[in-house]
Amino acid sequence: MTWSEMQPLLEQACTETLVMVGWSTLIAVVGGLPLGILLVLTDKGGLLQNTVVNKVIGQIVNIGRSLPFIILMVALMNFTRWVTGTTIGSEAAIVPLAIGGIPFFARLVETAVREVDHGLVEAVQAMGGNTWTIVRKVLVPEALPSLIASTTTTVIALIGYSAMAGTVGGGGLGDLAVRYGYQRFETGLMWITVAILAVVISLIQFAGDFAARALHRRGARSGPGPKLRLLKGEEPATAEVGKAA
Amino acid sequence: MITTSGLTKVYRTHRSRGREVTALDGVDLHVREGEVYGVIGQSGAGKSSLIRCVNLLERPTSGTVTVAGQDLTALAGRGPRAGRELRQARSRIGMVFQHFNLLSSRTVQDNVELPLEILGKSGKERSRKALELLDLVGLADKAKSYPAQLSGGQKQRVGIARALAGDPKVLLSDEATSALDPETTRSILQLLRDLNRQLGLTVLLITHEMDVVKSICDSAALMEKGRIVESGTVTDLLATPGSELAAALFPVGGEASGDDRTVVDVTFQGESATQPVISQLSRTYNIDISILGAAIDTVGGLQVGRMRIELPGRYEDNVVPIGFLREQGLQIDVVGHDEPTLVKEGAK
Repeated sequence: MTWSEMQPLLEQACTETLVMVGWSTLIAVVGGLPLGILLVLTDKGGLLQNTVVNKVIGQIVNIGRSLPFIILMVALMNFTRWVTGTTIGSEAAIVPLAIGGIPFFARLVETAVREVDHGLVEAVQAMGGNTWTIVRKVLVPEALPSLIASTTTTVIALIGYSAMAGTVGGGGLGDLAVRYGYQRFETGLMWITVAILAVVISLIQFAGDFAARALHRRGARSGPGPKLRLLKGEEPATAEVGKAA
Repeated sequence: MITTSGLTKVYRTHRSRGREVTALDGVDLHVREGEVYGVIGQSGAGKSSLIRCVNLLERPTSGTVTVAGQDLTALAGRGPRAGRELRQARSRIGMVFQHFNLLSSRTVQDNVELPLEILGKSGKERSRKALELLDLVGLADKAKSYPAQLSGGQKQRVGIARALAGDPKVLLSDEATSALDPETTRSILQLLRDLNRQLGLTVLLITHEMDVVKSICDSAALMEKGRIVESGTVTDLLATPGSELAAALFPVGGEASGDDRTVVDVTFQGESATQPVISQLSRTYNIDISILGAAIDTVGGLQVGRMRIELPGRYEDNVVPIGFLREQGLQIDVVGHDEPTLVKEGAK
């Protein structure tokens, strides 16, 4: 197989993966964030303490988390058909990916939000803030570095899931690797797929870590925000300041 | 300004059965307008529960809290969530915390603006007010910094500026200086004192440090096991024979050198401090007086001296000289001798 043969295949697969992971991450974040926050708020001693709601959400999240993705995907087939009209292709794969991603992200959100110092919540309560104010002005902004790290983890997990979705007709890089690498012994294409995945995942991890750290270190250093030093020459002076702070 | 009556808080460690911990046991507190009131006690005495009950961050099990004529307990409603009226009332009560509780994701200025955002003020008004308050606490140049870049004392100044954003009449201070070094503690206390004088702010503070009460409080209360054991203005407390708070505020040491001695604590305040009473006593009754310990200090803005002296002979032999000291308008406590008059009644 020559490069000119591979190129269109790879381009299409990359786009499909991007679409699947992009949409499902978006839905997972939009759905998982409120669920995760609700898990903290309704917990015992929480601002909206409600054992029933907490138990129900907790159970749903646990079930969603404990099912292997490939089974979840099959189990959701009817639902997927109802939503997208089909069970094949990357659009259809978005449904189980998103549904698998929501509880995954929700648990990570729960952990991140739980780590916010309760004193801050108390301070805003003492100012007369209501629960919604506390969520908006305290819990989410203070947990933001962790939430970004959680999003990174979710994106990477969803890339992994999307490869499984690929094998049942979802398309994408996973599908490509299986069809050409495994079924047709096109080892070259498989290795290129692996390399692309490795690079993409590294880049996402790097970007996520960078963003989380930039937010987390906010104020901890005296200079302006962190600079991407890969682009310019070394700046030993700034590095020193960063370490000292 | 702040009145609590019969305030009781019981924590249940296990929801239905299990042990109960009584953190507050019928606390009656009365803080007058414009004064700095200190509640002192050891950890676990219930101070923290008390101050949290004042703005109902903790729901009292029973009793009432009235702040600025408003019965907050009546506003609380039934559920654990604070209703709108209670939240409005809270916004008129400032609170500062031991660990500052500043949002690390916001700049200093944005932290101070937070209560104003909650009050729904416009952006322009918020930043004007925030800068004005930062100027008041001496941090005008740190508006754009993040809390992580500030020292402990600076953080607490931001905390105070934030607490003042809603123009409160009352400031609650929950161990505001306990995480600070002595030098910074002094400057923060000075700031609180200044705000109390300049803005007519009523301050209720809880602390475990006697020095805090000594340097800024007009009135004080001693808490033990969820009860207020003693309370009153600092001047009254110092004039109260046998007052534990007075003794703690102003300790003098020294042990009797023998059995047949009488040890007497003499407290001077104001006028009486200038009289040469000890030498008069010695000359009049021709007795030798040894001084075991003595100190002079400013408590609540008042010069106070305290001296522990030893007279030869037992108490029975010294009734007349002690009577002489009393006549001079001094406060006399005979150490280790319970006179009927020494019952802690004045403390009430």
